[in-house]
Amino acid sequence: MNSTLWSLIGKGVIETLEMTLISTILAYIIGVPYGVLLKVTGKGEIMEQKVVNKIFAFIANVFRSIPFLILLVFLIPFTRAIVGTSIGTEASIVPLTVGTIPIVARMVEQSLNEIPYRITEAAKSMGANSWQIVKEFIIPEAMPSLCSGTAINTATVLGYSAMAGCIGGGGLGALALNYGYYRYQNDVLFLTVLVLVVVVQVIQESGVLISKRIRHS
Amino acid sequence: MAEQKIIYQLNHVSKIFRDKNSEVIAVDDISLEIHEGEIFGIIGMSGAGKSTLVRMLNRLEEVTSGEVIFDGKKLGELSPKETRATRKQIAMIFQSFNLLSQKTVLANVEIPLKLIGVSKEERKEIAREKLKIVGLEDKVNAYPAQLSGGQKQRVAIARALAMNPRVLLCDEATSALDPKITEEILSLLQDINERLNLTIVIITHEMNVVEKICNRVAIVDNGKLAELGEVKDVFAKPQSDAAKHLILPTIAGDNPFDETNKNCYRIVFNGRAATEPVIANLVKRTGESVNILSANTRSIGGIGYGQMIVEFPEDPTAHKVVLDYFTSIGIQPVAIDKEVVI
Repeated sequence: MNSTLWSLIGKGVIETLEMTLISTILAYIIGVPYGVLLKVTGKGEIMEQKVVNKIFAFIANVFRSIPFLILLVFLIPFTRAIVGTSIGTEASIVPLTVGTIPIVARMVEQSLNEIPYRITEAAKSMGANSWQIVKEFIIPEAMPSLCSGTAINTATVLGYSAMAGCIGGGGLGALALNYGYYRYQNDVLFLTVLVLVVVVQVIQESGVLISKRIRHS
Repeated sequence: MAEQKIIYQLNHVSKIFRDKNSEVIAVDDISLEIHEGEIFGIIGMSGAGKSTLVRMLNRLEEVTSGEVIFDGKKLGELSPKETRATRKQIAMIFQSFNLLSQKTVLANVEIPLKLIGVSKEERKEIAREKLKIVGLEDKVNAYPAQLSGGQKQRVAIARALAMNPRVLLCDEATSALDPKITEEILSLLQDINERLNLTIVIITHEMNVVEKICNRVAIVDNGKLAELGEVKDVFAKPQSDAAKHLILPTIAGDNPFDETNKNCYRIVFNGRAATEPVIANLVKRTGESVNILSANTRSIGGIGYGQMIVEFPEDPTAHKVVLDYFTSIGIQPVAIDKEVVI
């Protein structure tokens, strides 16, 4: 183990975090409205729209049912069209985001479903419109659950980002694969796994901590 | 009482819930009026349709037929926007309080103000003022989970008042509370009614709630309006079976009177007779006596009312003497078995 290796690992951690955080944030920007849409258009909800709900639920299910490794390959032309290349950290962000959106959407939908209908009813009785019902009542009530969901999703994206290493993405996944697997450097493999475990732990625990902090029920 | 202005007019209101293979008539052709400034009770057994009825008053439920007129406006004809504007004049409190658990007491009371775009400082000021009315000014920073049931309902009342509503709808608002706390919440509602001249509509299955604070009451049974009138009249002379069901158990309570006993009578005193020693006079004048199985006096709308379940003598002659005595002093005993089968 020399200093080059350490700097490789350092670079890997940074790339992994970059991919994970950017993809997660992008996935949330699209996934939260998506999840809200799934919730409010559902049966008996404030903007019940059977057809819209069915279509969006179907799309989410399709993307969730494709194994991520397949999705990575499948999206290569799309990634090229957007970032100009399909190799490297930036390029990995595209499939990571696409693959995470439906996961986020479903998790958001589930968190919002935990809020009993009586809260919506109270909101309606105050003359709130649909937007206000979501923004002022349902989302604030679901916040602790949304937070712990975010921690789980971030850890999932981190796992996916390692897979991106297979098709030329950067990060710890690529490191483990290129040094550990192809060059039989077990120490690198071991160290990468250790770092990954630590990073996931930190993400998960801070999510739980924040969720606990803000939960008042 | 200057309460003749009509705030709610219900004309032949019905609500039918339909699904593929069944049809439930929740509300069946109800017509009634609610006067501005009064406390109006709607009482019925669970499943009688009263919750559906109250939800039609702020259009959380649409009527299947008939019309609900609030302050001269037909609710069914309002656009979604007008409906929301109207709802801001009609506050509602619930059995389960429906507070936001993730927001402080103050933030909960601020919500209706936030919806209409009141500035942050003004919101806080109004919310504090309303919390003062319900006696919770020291709990502004607490979260609902830290409060008792009675306190939560007070917060809900403060939140309702923040809208400066014309009407307050209470859907089983005291049903989750113990008798002492129920009493306190009812006193608070009565106080608010008097101070703000706020019309209050109370949905309940508990007769004592109606007795304590309502001016008029509608008894709903199986979706139909069984009886409507001043609480003291309905209470003194219930006409319908539903009314008798609701009123009698509160007098009889768990008293061990035998409902099959043909000699059991219910006697109701009006405000005047309640002050007279009726039973003592019976003994003095006729030499006969009755067995008191249950007795209860209470204040209804400020007038004392008494009710008794008594057992008359078995001997036919003595029985008639007692019956005649009550009739002669203006009380009409009603045989229990004829009145209602509990």
